[in-house]
Amino acid sequence: MQIKSRITGGVLYVLLCGELDEHSAAYTRITLDEIFEKPDFKKIIIDLSELSFMDSTGIGVLIGRYKRMKDRDIPIYISNPSAHAEKIFKMTGLYDIMPKIV
Amino acid sequence: MKYSNYMEVTFKALSVNEGFARVCVASFCVQLEPSVDEITDIKTAVSEAVTNCVVHAYPTSVKGDVILRCELEDDVVTITVTDKGVGIKDVEKAREPFYTSKPSAERSGMGFTVMESFMDDVQVLSNSFGTSVKMTKRIKSVSSEKVG
Repeated sequence: MQIKSRITGGVLYVLLCGELDEHSAAYTRITLDEIFEKPDFKKIIIDLSELSFMDSTGIGVLIGRYKRMKDRDIPIYISNPSAHAEKIFKMTGLYDIMPKIV
Repeated sequence: MKYSNYMEVTFKALSVNEGFARVCVASFCVQLEPSVDEITDIKTAVSEAVTNCVVHAYPTSVKGDVILRCELEDDVVTITVTDKGVGIKDVEKAREPFYTSKPSAERSGMGFTVMESFMDDVQVLSNSFGTSVKMTKRIKSVSSEKVG
């Protein structure tokens, strides 16, 4: 898993590259929490265009980040999910808390 | 003539082996020429079953085995993921969507739901000597010529 981020116009863009499963979950969790500690943004967009695999462990990681950001009133959006990731998001209702952004 | 083939591998219940398990099954199933969607469904179901072994089967630091078996019978893939761990206390409860025995660990509790959604059938056998998850899926893209 590789995680890239940038802040533009008050939006934190995060790009997840690789596979999000149990093996990469801890690193992903810690790294996202470090990135999310930055103060200069009001919205987060997680770009999944480079995510080659994800299972329900990934859903747990994303929901955990949502809960943390909810306390700060910062919304998280998902962009560019694969058809496969989309299937899991719809099944688990993740889009109800992290809407898809085009 | 009925087409039949199988493979079986044993590996340690470590998260680093999840990717290996997914690729292993996917590579073996390629002989049925599944669609990309079908192979992704299978990889995800395998990942969920192996994750359960890694996270739940061996609660101590001593990790035991995961036995991954894949059988092909004509156009049907049967995958069995077995561990020799502590077992699941309440299988019915464990299969409920969003149920997790480790809520503090940010687990979604959707593992079995994903397996059930991506495969045609999922059976779970568990006792205090271990757990076996058997999943089947018919590969719809297989033509009669391929398996004949």
